[in-house]
Amino acid sequence: MSDQAGRELKFRDRGQGAGLSAALAAAVAAVGRAPVSVMHVCGSHEQAIARFGLRAGFPRDLHVIMGPGCPVCITDQPEVDEAVALARQGVRIATYGDMVRVPGTSASLADAQAEGARVDVVYSIDQAIATARESAEPMVFFATGFETTAVATAAAVLAGTPPNFFVLSAHKYIPPVMEIVCEMPGSRIEGFIAAGHAATITGWGIFEAFVARHHVPVVIAGFEPLDILAALVRLVEMIRDRRAAVENMFPRCVTREGNLVAQRQLWQVFAPAGGRWRGIAHVPNGNLRLLDRWAHLDARRHFAIDLARLWDEAPSPLSQQCVCGDIMSGLKTPADCPLFGAECVPDTPVGACMVSTEGTCRIWREYGEQTCLSRV
Amino acid sequence: MCLGVPGFVVEVDGNMALVDFFGAYRHVRLELVDQPVAPGDYILNHVGYAIRRIPEEDIEGTLEMYRQLLREADDDLMAGDVRAELKATGERRDV
Repeated sequence: MSDQAGRELKFRDRGQGAGLSAALAAAVAAVGRAPVSVMHVCGSHEQAIARFGLRAGFPRDLHVIMGPGCPVCITDQPEVDEAVALARQGVRIATYGDMVRVPGTSASLADAQAEGARVDVVYSIDQAIATARESAEPMVFFATGFETTAVATAAAVLAGTPPNFFVLSAHKYIPPVMEIVCEMPGSRIEGFIAAGHAATITGWGIFEAFVARHHVPVVIAGFEPLDILAALVRLVEMIRDRRAAVENMFPRCVTREGNLVAQRQLWQVFAPAGGRWRGIAHVPNGNLRLLDRWAHLDARRHFAIDLARLWDEAPSPLSQQCVCGDIMSGLKTPADCPLFGAECVPDTPVGACMVSTEGTCRIWREYGEQTCLSRV
Repeated sequence: MCLGVPGFVVEVDGNMALVDFFGAYRHVRLELVDQPVAPGDYILNHVGYAIRRIPEEDIEGTLEMYRQLLREADDDLMAGDVRAELKATGERRDV
């Protein structure tokens, strides 16, 4: 366990890339059984793997699976339902871009918008607060995302918000869901690549207890192709050696303790609470709820959210065939889904994973990803 | 939303920094960054907040990936996410 594990890697050093690929092949072969399955939990990692064609060069027996790493995708249907119900009740909603098209049980915020509801797409919570300050009408920020966006919500709340500004928190916290995925029946995951920028906030030390409990190695990785390759080599070497530890291969951004200033603000505003992640499971401590002291800006406490109408609308038959949950749990790939690329495409997505630019299905669709190109 | 985008700090005014992101001047909030930020530093911006001051020795390596991404078209997913990060920062106001 060290911060020195990662050497500086040049972005496009072909020699280094070839060397890492060879080391990866050797490490996978040395494990002595197949397949070796590892999981990463970050949409940006999947984008990099797909966009740079890394998977085509992975050894045949190495399965690199994207887990619940798309913050938009894991927002559960009932959470979207709350935002949709509020919007239909005439409350103005602001949220991050991809959330607008994510389906709830039977409708998305885009559907509500088409019916006349006011839904603002914002890139930061500050833009929603600025809009709220321009009038006296209520504005609800549908707050989604992992610790990287949750700390921004926390900082904005602590900096002060106008009385007509409310937060509907669907923020999620990554470390607990890794435990759930590990314990899932049928899970084949033998090691994790942790997301570099989420770990910038939490620090890599947070994974030590997880590693001790599950005896599964974790490597923190950056986002450049060589960062990911180097992290995979280290991860598979640990699997080969039956060594469970945390290695930090992204020391330029991640320290053991993480960003304590951001963590302090996060826990001044939020408390961990159990909650469902879409299609995956109930995740103990996986959701972030506003603390009681912020009850005055908690949309769930301020508004009577009328979900009754949603009970009148049946989910679409197609959505019942969606396997996003199994994909995010690492049990299936988009190639296993009968809707993928047929009924479910970026323009008319059925499941959340095809909506978000960080969703596995969307990324595979955009970059033409295959399960393993070396098998084609 | 996980990628963030690095930028060069031009000015600091309290909890707000004016940052040069590859030629675009934008405002970024500093409440979350855990080290002092001064003009001349590089920071990593995420949804309008600096979450990390980039160590000097890592600046060039960090910037190179973004330079390449920003040459890509908008329909590239990673390039699109980086551009969205820029839109999360505040418009430059006249000082």
